[in-house]
Amino acid sequence: MEHTSTAERILRGIAIGAVVLFFIFPIFWILLMSFQTNETILRNPPSIAFVPTISNYVALLTGRLETAAGTLDISFMQNLKNSVILSVSSVAVALLLGVPAAYAFARHRFRGSEDIAFTLLSFRFAPPLLIVLPLALYFQDVGLADTYIGLIWVYQLICLPLILWIVRGYFEDIPADVEYAYRIAGHSWFATFRKIALPLAGPGIAAAGLLAFIFAWNNFVFALVLGSADKQPVTVGALAFVTASGIQFGQIAAAIVLSIAPTLALAIYAQRYLVEGLSLGAVKG
Amino acid sequence: MAGVELLDIVKRFKNETVLEGVTLTVAEGETLVLFGPSGAGKTVLLRLIAGVVEPDGGTVRLDGRDMRDVPPELRNIGMAFQNFALFPHMNAFDNIASPLAARRKTAERVSEGVERVARLLKIDQVLTHRPRALSNGQKQRTALARALAASPSLLLLDDPLRNVDAKLRFEMRLELPRLLAAEGATTLYVTQDYKEAMALADRIAVMFRGRIAQLGSPAEVYLSPASLEIARLFGDPAINVLDVTPEQDSQGPFVRLSRLRAPIDPGLHHAVGKDCSLGLRPEAIRFVGGETTGAIPVTIEAETPLNEKIVTLVTTARGREILVSRPSGEPGPAQGQAHIAVDSAHALLFDRRTGLRIEPSRDDADVRGAAA
Repeated sequence: MEHTSTAERILRGIAIGAVVLFFIFPIFWILLMSFQTNETILRNPPSIAFVPTISNYVALLTGRLETAAGTLDISFMQNLKNSVILSVSSVAVALLLGVPAAYAFARHRFRGSEDIAFTLLSFRFAPPLLIVLPLALYFQDVGLADTYIGLIWVYQLICLPLILWIVRGYFEDIPADVEYAYRIAGHSWFATFRKIALPLAGPGIAAAGLLAFIFAWNNFVFALVLGSADKQPVTVGALAFVTASGIQFGQIAAAIVLSIAPTLALAIYAQRYLVEGLSLGAVKG
Repeated sequence: MAGVELLDIVKRFKNETVLEGVTLTVAEGETLVLFGPSGAGKTVLLRLIAGVVEPDGGTVRLDGRDMRDVPPELRNIGMAFQNFALFPHMNAFDNIASPLAARRKTAERVSEGVERVARLLKIDQVLTHRPRALSNGQKQRTALARALAASPSLLLLDDPLRNVDAKLRFEMRLELPRLLAAEGATTLYVTQDYKEAMALADRIAVMFRGRIAQLGSPAEVYLSPASLEIARLFGDPAINVLDVTPEQDSQGPFVRLSRLRAPIDPGLHHAVGKDCSLGLRPEAIRFVGGETTGAIPVTIEAETPLNEKIVTLVTTARGREILVSRPSGEPGPAQGQAHIAVDSAHALLFDRRTGLRIEPSRDDADVRGAAA
């Protein structure tokens, strides 16, 4: 690897640049759009030169959308709050339930353990609408419809299998001998779980939590069917920008920027743990 | 009272039986070496005693107490693993301290205890290092220190020298017996290295395919192996094995080696006519001048000097390969034709079909009868 020629390095730089451009461009374009009015966005031919405006952000933050047809109330901030509540709680519940379950599946082969683990995974295969529509009827009956608890419960369909299967793999990667050694040293199984298994699988748990958070954050269908306006997250709330007088591209772009900001920040923050997790291959030996 | 009692231990994984009916008693303070090839069930046996694996049958007793349903943390055992199994997220100090911390010692007592074993094992200068920053030798010593830290009544050492370099292994082979004697703990030591077994053991249990094939002192196992399989594992270079059929004449039983009569132990007369394998240690064969009676002509094929000894591969007139070992400095032919003399009277005789050693009968009347 050390003996790379200049040409090779330049080519590699171009290749990496192309990939980065390909993935970053949509986000960059949306960022530009969020500072433009609908008129400048829709002009033909498109141009990168425009007078920036923060009117889109103002509209989102104040909750008042001025359109050609008049003023419209939008609850974007409420949606954002709902997104945070739903995603954070769902991931928290999923970690609380999923991590011990993953440990059990990783370390104890009991009758039907594989079947149960696979059934949990299979929740991810089912088309969400197929589950959600009948569930909506039940939720009406038991009073869970349009509640945070009801939604968080349904969100487990997304978060729990993900966490269970990813974290299970990390637990399985911990040599059993390390845990045996701790128990033989005189610690209970629960102490072993807390002091050995959890810290060693920590990076994996963080990665799974992050992934589950992103999936929960981006979920659309569950809240659309099971929640009303004041419980809906940003993904559903964005529908409000499709108004009678046209699609509010500027506000949508601003809403996207605001709604990807938390996940992006979380991903960047968690990155060093993820990298650490990958380099912690020293568990063996 | 015995330190460890194993009664008819059976263990299966899926359909494979890894231990079938192991019965073994280890006296208090004794060092017993479990010796055998990989897959013999040695490690599983240790784990059963430690309580991290449950037996499918049989009883494990420690200090006379049945260990059924006693979790590993309550068995007061120290264990060192072949791959060290150090806690990667804790430094050496915390690794060694974990058995002491588990016994609810005060911080002061814990660090006293850690210092003691760390000094004993010469790792006191690396206690702040994480396992990743330790050399293999230091890891191995840390693992050993952790096993010893709480002065357990039973030490289980699972091939602790397997993953360290030859120099360190040699050092530890000298150091360990002293260490184990000083600790006074009952010790079960697993190894695949016969020298380690000979150096450390009060008694050796040789295991094959989930059974104990022989149990005895190092000298017994070396000099009177129960089977050819065991004889092959003890000794470096390995024992020479020649197919023979003992015969008998007026001077007693003998075997033919290159058509020459080689007398065997007179007590082996009952082996006459059987298909046998003759086990000859390379040390029991030496080069002689051609005129010596009973000298066997051979062709020298290759010579390997091994520092303290020279091992020569020779072939007999019938093409059988034989290893001859002699101390370095002792002159011997390097190539061409030569003659060897065999101390056949002390050779081991094995039944070729069962592989079991044929014991010389020590009945005087028998011997006299055979000689007559």
